[in-house]
Amino acid sequence: MKTAVIVFPGSNCDRDIAVALEAVTGTKPQMVWHGESALPSGLGLIALPGGFSYGDYLRCGAIAARSPVVQAVVEAADRGTPVIGICNGFQVLTETGLLPGALMRNSGLNFVCRDVPLTVDNSQSIFTSAYRAGEQITVPVAHHDGNFFADAETLDRIEGEGRVAFRYTHDINGSARNIAGLLNKAGNVLGMMPHPERRIEAAHGGTDGRKLFEGLLEAVS
Amino acid sequence: MKLRIIVTLKNGVLDPQGKAIQHALGGLGFEGVDDVRAGKIFELDVADSTSDAAIDEMCRKLLANTVIENYRIERA
Repeated sequence: MKTAVIVFPGSNCDRDIAVALEAVTGTKPQMVWHGESALPSGLGLIALPGGFSYGDYLRCGAIAARSPVVQAVVEAADRGTPVIGICNGFQVLTETGLLPGALMRNSGLNFVCRDVPLTVDNSQSIFTSAYRAGEQITVPVAHHDGNFFADAETLDRIEGEGRVAFRYTHDINGSARNIAGLLNKAGNVLGMMPHPERRIEAAHGGTDGRKLFEGLLEAVS
Repeated sequence: MKLRIIVTLKNGVLDPQGKAIQHALGGLGFEGVDDVRAGKIFELDVADSTSDAAIDEMCRKLLANTVIENYRIERA
């Protein structure tokens, strides 16, 4: 499977996700700089990595969401190409409008950096098909602005449509309804604050994140 | 033309930073501060020919995230 990782000034998990994608797919992803206006063709996955794109200026992910390459990502997502945004990538996806809501400062105001237990809420998506519904997994988080907010009507709608992919088992950052990972309506876009790319091999302390990429590879190939 | 764009959080959106500032004011001995909401101000210097529609679009497309924020445009 051909994959691409978008690299912004200030991205710092781009190499982590590249290593994870190569480990699972056997093919090095193409690293695409933010100033590009076109993406490689035939991509099975576009990844928006974690980090602090553009220094988190204005709002986390706000400037990245208006960069030339992200316009191409939005068009690819609209055509059905799978897109995953992790941590800052999730913030970018909400800023583009591909995913609803917004990610705000953590309710405790602290940067939260530790392993957290998650529940797999929807195991039917292309990103979560290797998990069982209700399965508990452990994946690290590292963020200051992961407090998911949407109005009650939006929350009811996305829950009703089965678009919550992952939830924190308990409150870590104030996120509405403990939402940790969210799908778009078509199911080809996933945004999540936890870092599955940091749980790929036993040396990472577990492989719970690897299944996300393995499931995706199987689902799209 | 100088503009001032004031961006504030919508009602109902929790503002942990505002809460922390409120508590800090209390800690300094200021009593009766019932609430604090943090926001942003942008000062723009734009060409006189800039249309109202373009200014509004700047706010909607970038300066404010209208999922969580309101904006107000003041002409200096």
